[in-house]
Amino acid sequence: MRIVPFLSSTAVTIALVALLNNPLGKVPPPGPFFSPQYGFWQNAEPINQDYNGTLTFDGLQGPVEVYFDDRLVPHVFASNEEDLYFVQGYLHARFRLFQIDLQTRAAAGRASELAGSKAINFDKEQRRLGMVFAAENALKEINADVKFRTLLDAYTAGINSYMDQLTEAALPIEYKLMQNKPEKWSNLKTALLLEMMSKMLSSGTENDLTSTNAKSIFMPEELQQLYPQVPDSLLPIVPIGTKFPNPSVVPIKPANADSLYFNNKATVQAQPLDRPDPNNGSNNWTVAGSKTKSGFPILANDPHLELSLPSIWFEIQLKTPTHNSYGVSLPGAPFVVIGFNDSIAWGVTNSQRDVKDYYEIKFKDQSRSAYWYNNQWVPTKIRIEEIKVKDSLSVYDTVAYTIFGPVQFDNSFSNAAAADRNLAVRWAAHDPSNEGLTFYKLNKAHNYLDYEDAIRTFTCPGQNFIFASRTGDIAIWQQGRFPARWEGQGLYVMPGQDSSFLWQGNIPQQENPHAINPARGYLQSANQRAADGTYPYFIPGSYITARGIRIDNKLSTMSNITPKDMMELHTDYFNVSAEDLRPVLLSAIEVEQLQGKELEYLEIFRNWDLMASPDSKGQTIFQCFWDTLQSSIWLDELSRSKPMATWPIERTTIEWLLRDTLHIYADDLNTPQRETLAMTVTSAFKKAASVLASKEAEGKLVWSRYLNPSIYHLLKDALPAFARKGLAVGGYGNVVNAIKHSHGPSWRMIVHLVDGIEAYGVFPGGQSGNPGSRFYDNNIAVWEKGEYNRCWYMHDGDRNNEQVKWMLKFNKP
Amino acid sequence: MKFFLSVLFTLLGGIGVSLWALSPWWGFVPVAFILAAAIHQAPSKAFASGFLGMLLAWGGLSWWIDWQNNSILSKQVAVLFSLQGSSATLILLTGILGGLLGGMAALAGCFLRISKAEAK
Repeated sequence: MRIVPFLSSTAVTIALVALLNNPLGKVPPPGPFFSPQYGFWQNAEPINQDYNGTLTFDGLQGPVEVYFDDRLVPHVFASNEEDLYFVQGYLHARFRLFQIDLQTRAAAGRASELAGSKAINFDKEQRRLGMVFAAENALKEINADVKFRTLLDAYTAGINSYMDQLTEAALPIEYKLMQNKPEKWSNLKTALLLEMMSKMLSSGTENDLTSTNAKSIFMPEELQQLYPQVPDSLLPIVPIGTKFPNPSVVPIKPANADSLYFNNKATVQAQPLDRPDPNNGSNNWTVAGSKTKSGFPILANDPHLELSLPSIWFEIQLKTPTHNSYGVSLPGAPFVVIGFNDSIAWGVTNSQRDVKDYYEIKFKDQSRSAYWYNNQWVPTKIRIEEIKVKDSLSVYDTVAYTIFGPVQFDNSFSNAAAADRNLAVRWAAHDPSNEGLTFYKLNKAHNYLDYEDAIRTFTCPGQNFIFASRTGDIAIWQQGRFPARWEGQGLYVMPGQDSSFLWQGNIPQQENPHAINPARGYLQSANQRAADGTYPYFIPGSYITARGIRIDNKLSTMSNITPKDMMELHTDYFNVSAEDLRPVLLSAIEVEQLQGKELEYLEIFRNWDLMASPDSKGQTIFQCFWDTLQSSIWLDELSRSKPMATWPIERTTIEWLLRDTLHIYADDLNTPQRETLAMTVTSAFKKAASVLASKEAEGKLVWSRYLNPSIYHLLKDALPAFARKGLAVGGYGNVVNAIKHSHGPSWRMIVHLVDGIEAYGVFPGGQSGNPGSRFYDNNIAVWEKGEYNRCWYMHDGDRNNEQVKWMLKFNKP
Repeated sequence: MKFFLSVLFTLLGGIGVSLWALSPWWGFVPVAFILAAAIHQAPSKAFASGFLGMLLAWGGLSWWIDWQNNSILSKQVAVLFSLQGSSATLILLTGILGGLLGGMAALAGCFLRISKAEAK
């Protein structure tokens, strides 16, 4: 033996093993990561992967069979509901483990555990918004319902049963990259997931902070003009002409509202960091048998959300001897959320209602332990939040809870210079509720009455539940627990030193906007205001008007409708806003001022077919021009306050232009001369043309290249390789096919309620969350082409059908 | 012949230990060490056979996985690590990583047995 060479080579070998066992900069530990036995190679699923198997779990009461079809959609056949939801939990974990873990940690303000210090402010905001507080309140409500709780327990047990037997090699690749482990599931996490949806859909639908700034610079009549409640061109969800009963709750405006509230000109510096996209919209509609070729209703839905990989949706069929539902589920929660059964179909769009207000709090001192309320100092409830940070020490944050809710902004949390005002947030999502119960009941509903009973308890986020039944009923309810507000209540930050500005009550559920079997034979919702000005309550929100106009115009003229017609409407590219605007813009523009490329672009715009199709140049020119023009009109006005006041919505500007009354705002305040509308439009066009010319040089004049529709992995820019970019689709937020850069129809579904149910669906992703699976993105191409998968609605007799590709059997021991 | 057998045994040992669920990711290191101690070779040849054996073991395993996967994942991971999306580079890198450790372990194993006189 040669001592020195032996010892040195042994030492080098051991050192090498140790070195490769640790991360190298941003590279995960190369040894385990590249090991074909443990590392990422283990996530490379054979393309002919065998999903057959037999599993045994203590928790089960009987056998459960899962039949997978060729798209890996599981059709779960159980003998009872507890087993059914146990297996749904198992499948969600099996195919979407990283997603459910990440989303619920982020919902709870624990993203820093995975992402490190860059997520600390995000986490603080989640906690200060009271996300965990809201989930805990929801859980109390869930626990009060023993039967429901049993089902949720089973679902949680299903997720944990998968995690318990998870080997290191089978960990999702994201954990291997981030050197982390999944965390055990709990019922609270399901509640957190639903609060994440509440935040997504009901936290970005108010503009209280920026509108408070608008109030500081505009006169009351200007505010009415810039931020009107009811657009002229609105085609509401509840058909025009519907009579509303007198309101049974009439909230009283406080006597001092004018002096303390409406005439208060103070600005507010605080701004939310992570404001949900106000375009988190959706379309749904249904046509009665009187308008279809078959004589049976058809229902369509396409929720517009951030498009991600894996998709927010997981397709599934859930069957027991007493019910058989099919549709998409939210991984992390049981039940089908949007879908159908053998009797009914249902879908949802967002109500866009404002259910979140801010109150200004006066603390006794820096400790924030007491606040002034109804003429005395009242103790706050202090919640100390520990934020664990990857590769670093924990950060602590103290959140004070008041009668209104948590104080989201105060001197220990706000962006620069925002420490001036302590703002407590009153948000409907904080109220105890069990939203899952609605979906549980919908999965089993047989008729209109069952549907109405199912949705009645749904609280937040307010949704437009559309419905159609085999027996021919169609209906829609805008459902949620909405505060009954006095005119103007909650548009701006409210005084929080006494109870006079509190919400005085809720709009009674029966008085929520709804419509059943209208004579016209169709119902639709597309995030517009639910009712016209005759609805007797004050209902502010972030409404989108354009898509509803187009859908209504189409449905009203259609007859002998088939599912194929509905598919065409889903993927409709017609730009209603441009249709309204083009004549006005063309007549305002001073052509003699234009030259060269500008004239060329003007001609394309003039001859454009108004379609936001992927190969359209007219759409690119229009959108660039229109965005520039809106900036020219508003930027100078809105910038008079710092931070900037709320932008008027597109529809408001369009209607101003159509009424030819915009000229007072057309003038640029930053220039000495007085601009006319024609001058402003012309200069906006010239400005847009120079942007367009540079885009054209990059080959981006075509709309799909300009828009660059992309679907990112949940970790966004951290994992660009797992994204799918540059899809060949068009659309826009104001177009029925509402695709934006990374946002749009996250699930397109069409259900024809004929005997046996004829249903189609597609989401831009795949069933598996594993980038190494062929089922990670296999539906994107289908979605991109505007095509659909036929949903296989399986019955007991189909167990030996050749459409069954694999069978996973669950047994009790 | 000795060299060939040594490579072959390291290759088989490396694959074999990878199929054993309880083995850590570096389970092949003692295997390569013992094999080199058992099969008498000059240090350079021992290193080369350990390197080649593990290059083939890890490279081969990852190639096999990649082939069954139609390179779906490796193309993405290769983008992540700025390898221009080349699956082959990723497989080669995996093989070299295994090879380097295999070679070093074999060298150490070789020195355990070899005498000063033999080394000359």
